[in-house]
Amino acid sequence: MYPALSRRTGRLAAVLALSLTTALAAAACGAKEEAPATASGVAADKATSLADFGGMDGLIAAAKKEGQLNVIALPPDWANYGEVIEAFSKKYGIKVNSDNPDGSSADEITAVKTLKGQDRAPDVLDLGVAFAISGAQEGLFAPYKVAAWDKIPASQKDAEGRWFNDYGGYVSIGCDAKRVAVCPQTFADLKKPEYKGKVALNGNPTKAGAAIAAVYAASLANGGSFDNIQPGIDFFAALNKSGNFIPVESTPATVEKGETPISLDWDYLNAGYAKQFAAKGVDWKVAIPADGKYANFYAQAVNLDAPHPAAARLWQEFLYSAEGQNLWLKGFARPVLLPGMITDGTAQADLVSALPKVEGEPSFPTPEQNDKAKADLVANWAKALAG
Amino acid sequence: MPTAVTTVSPPVPDAAPTASGRAGARPRRGSATLAALPLLTFVTVFFGLPMIAVLVGAVTVTDRATGTTTLTADNLTRSVQGAYLDALTSSIKLSLVTAALGVVLGTLLAQAVVASRLPGLRNLVVTASGVLANFGGVPLAFAFIATLGISGVMTELLHLTEAGWSLYTPAGLAVVYLYFLIPLMVLVIAPALDGLRPQWREAAANCGATGWQFWRLIGLPVLGPSLLGGFVLLFGTAFAAYATAAAMVGSVLPLVTLQIADALSGNVLIGQEGVASALALDMVVVAGLVMAIYLPLQRRSARWLR
Repeated sequence: MYPALSRRTGRLAAVLALSLTTALAAAACGAKEEAPATASGVAADKATSLADFGGMDGLIAAAKKEGQLNVIALPPDWANYGEVIEAFSKKYGIKVNSDNPDGSSADEITAVKTLKGQDRAPDVLDLGVAFAISGAQEGLFAPYKVAAWDKIPASQKDAEGRWFNDYGGYVSIGCDAKRVAVCPQTFADLKKPEYKGKVALNGNPTKAGAAIAAVYAASLANGGSFDNIQPGIDFFAALNKSGNFIPVESTPATVEKGETPISLDWDYLNAGYAKQFAAKGVDWKVAIPADGKYANFYAQAVNLDAPHPAAARLWQEFLYSAEGQNLWLKGFARPVLLPGMITDGTAQADLVSALPKVEGEPSFPTPEQNDKAKADLVANWAKALAG
Repeated sequence: MPTAVTTVSPPVPDAAPTASGRAGARPRRGSATLAALPLLTFVTVFFGLPMIAVLVGAVTVTDRATGTTTLTADNLTRSVQGAYLDALTSSIKLSLVTAALGVVLGTLLAQAVVASRLPGLRNLVVTASGVLANFGGVPLAFAFIATLGISGVMTELLHLTEAGWSLYTPAGLAVVYLYFLIPLMVLVIAPALDGLRPQWREAAANCGATGWQFWRLIGLPVLGPSLLGGFVLLFGTAFAAYATAAAMVGSVLPLVTLQIADALSGNVLIGQEGVASALALDMVVVAGLVMAIYLPLQRRSARWLR
């Protein structure tokens, strides 16, 4: 189609070489500087705890010197991240660059890999646990243990400190009380004919974390287990057949518009909608279904090649301080240190009582169970829902 | 993906004779190539390199622990099996149906506008088509959800749900696709319809041809290449569409673009980039097949125009 291509290869090669040189030069300009040594002589990007900075003051000084922090995939209306970022920025005078706020865990990992060595690379990550485990195996994260490390339950962190749970929540049923006469409280309720054309997920379970969690929860409610997600798939297939399930991806816009009158999502997102839309006349109710309780935590990690290694570590210390944990709590997320904070009274009582009610302690599938559930879901979901 | 198709703009009947008529006035070959250099560079960088990356990604696998890369056919095999195969076929089906409908409806609309001989109407429709043909993605999906969704304005006003209407079906998605495919077809076919000289029609009428005979023997053969080109363009556009479908029916209608997104940038699947590349390669093959069918047909039907 382009005969000129063969005749002019020489010239083309020259142009390509030129553009390659330019790209390399640009990359060189963006390369990060050498991390400064901390008070104790350990380079900031090798520091594994506060002690390496000679305490909090040393860390703050080193972070202020860097002056910036790159975060990624943190939507401002998700778990109150907007306020968390603002509070951190104001407290320490560090500029926070928030990249791709609506990105996914896979996007975060991709950014770590493709931006490696550049000063635009993300410093800190908030990932699904499965992505945290796989990222740690690939050696993408720097081990760092925050001051509150010992208070994080052993099952909710990597022993080497490459990732640790930050906040979590339960699968919940959000419901527009003005459009739905009686709000469903359990998965069994969702099958009732009165909910025809009303039940939505917040995305495709083969892509969205909250949606696959809802399928997992539905499985637990229908005789499945952490080892068996199939009853959950069957549940949604039946819901689809009866016309109760609608395939629209529920978003703040569809919730506000009333197009997704019943939406299965994380309780902190549903509770956030309730607060956000109360002023606009939407009466959004949140219930955690007693028959299918499924909790999930996200995980923090520090990029091994963080362009601002001290600021990255200061961010973690901030998140795991009482202030940071309470800010998440304000966004209806359940921070990992919450149980201890309730005991010692550092958790804000009004925020704790605002959380959607749930009985009992959460339990989690093992990584292996999780992998199997995902594989089963990917293999069977589309077929079950189409048929 | 759309680049593969859109770079081949459907020929306008007049184009061939005009080009050959100007051949003598063309500048010397060397400077012409020089002028094409920016385009060639652009194509190489933004089309060639990604293509190579897709190819490499599809046939290699990188061990997560050791970081070594080896050749494999696994990704390609998996991409044409089970759920992935279903997605590929439903994508092709949806694209074929919507492209065919788009060609028919777009041509009828364009002919109605051209035949009206009202320059004001024509300008209005062509301008509107230019805007609508580029309306897509999540905003389009939400516009439809708000008007024709379950609690949409029109749905409630006209009681469409009782009439059996549901936006969240393949048919509903096809309607949404047609919303941007028909204007696209109007843009493509309107100049070709202008090429149908009124004199031809008059001559045919003088010889006693009916309207149907005119279209069957003169109109459609002349339009043939443009119609075919339009079909390929519409097929490619529908085949590559992603965001609209994701927002509307992402969780029940498997489409190949959605599967690529799942594998590439989801919160669920890990380390499936190879399958995503393989699926992208499958799409290239499908687009290639469509072109392979289109090109000889196009040459054949354009032959007598020269």
